[in-house]
Amino acid sequence: MSAPTLDRQPAGSPGEAALQEHFDATIAADRRIEPRDWMPEGYRKTLVRQVAQHAHSEIIGMQPEGDWLLAAPSLRRKAVLLAKVQDEAGHGLYLYSAAETLGADRADLTDKLIEGRQKYSSIFNYPTLSYADVGVIGWLVDGAAICNQVPLCRSSYGPYARAMIRVCKEESFHQRQGYELLMTMMGGTDEQRAMVQDAVDRWWWPSLMMFGPPDDESPNTAQSMAWGIKRHTNDELRQRFVDMTVPQARHLGVTLPDPDLAWDEAAGHWRFGAIDWDEFKRVIGGQGPMNAVRIARRRAARDDNAWVVEAASAYARKHEEVPA
Amino acid sequence: MSEVTAEGGHGAVPTGPEVPVEPRSRAVRRDWPLYEVFVRGKRGLNHVHVGSLHAPDDEMAIDAARDLYTRRNEGVSIWVVRAADITASSPDEKDPLFAPSGDKVYRHPTFYEIPDGVPHL
Repeated sequence: MSAPTLDRQPAGSPGEAALQEHFDATIAADRRIEPRDWMPEGYRKTLVRQVAQHAHSEIIGMQPEGDWLLAAPSLRRKAVLLAKVQDEAGHGLYLYSAAETLGADRADLTDKLIEGRQKYSSIFNYPTLSYADVGVIGWLVDGAAICNQVPLCRSSYGPYARAMIRVCKEESFHQRQGYELLMTMMGGTDEQRAMVQDAVDRWWWPSLMMFGPPDDESPNTAQSMAWGIKRHTNDELRQRFVDMTVPQARHLGVTLPDPDLAWDEAAGHWRFGAIDWDEFKRVIGGQGPMNAVRIARRRAARDDNAWVVEAASAYARKHEEVPA
Repeated sequence: MSEVTAEGGHGAVPTGPEVPVEPRSRAVRRDWPLYEVFVRGKRGLNHVHVGSLHAPDDEMAIDAARDLYTRRNEGVSIWVVRAADITASSPDEKDPLFAPSGDKVYRHPTFYEIPDGVPHL
């Protein structure tokens, strides 16, 4: 359901105190908040930022792999890649729907993306230089996304949680097709193996950055956790990803480009080297290798196809006036 | 830099106050109307609400729902209905609206005590 009629009681009024109490009790009982429920403004705004920018990531995320659709090495690989890119579009649309239940407007969110006032994941600002990148994106980038997304299936906001359940079911195909693609290349020629290693070298560190800055730079984590819209800290999710990925890399026969990567027997975790957060800040701030290209293409998609939107609307109006 | 959280799902995104959330009042570009989508998973089951989408008319809403919500054989039948045409109970009236059934425990079979050993009951 959309079109929320959020009950906006004046801040500090007795009415608001009762509503806050009901909201807190719902969260405390680990029940879900639904679109027309009263919710604190901070909760609603933080969720719009999460969900809308997640949607932007899915939509922009079609581009790096979409670049290879016409250069896929076989019909099988092309069909798989088309299905995957189409899934990303679907994920974006589920998420825009969820954002609209919070009072956002899809067309307005797209404008905010194109104007750079809202962001998307920094990972999509890196170029895809070879077909091995398609495999590595499935394995590492979608693998990291799954680590983030599985806990979001328990988000306290019902529409976001339901969208994430659907997304997670589909995302597992994305990761497996990537790993299978890489296994196939690793069983090929020396040149193909070198392509895979090169792609891993380029995507490993940006994938670790997908979890965001370390916990000591995240002052609002406690509030988001209390609200049930963040279930694990950025560092916890990153560690989980590294622990899952190291054995997969070994099986694949590639080297992760981190000389400090070492097994910590006592902690039961893989320890990894320092992440270049200056690079992360540059890329999310708009200075990555592909930021301008990604936004220019999204802007062109909106503007060049506006006539289709208008034509379909005109056709619908005409048939409403003269019922068939 | 403001807070950047992994809960942006497909990679961390900023969630600080510098990221605007409120829609501007729009006079120029209007989106297509919002439809709610219901899918029957297989014969014998009810249609279940699966989400929503924007479409210019009913027919294209069905086509879009097919592409968006049944890419993996999730359904054998789709309903779409304009969100604006749905009448819903108000969350404010939740307690009074459902109160009539709240105190009628005798409507449930477990209200009645039947001795052990009585068959088929």
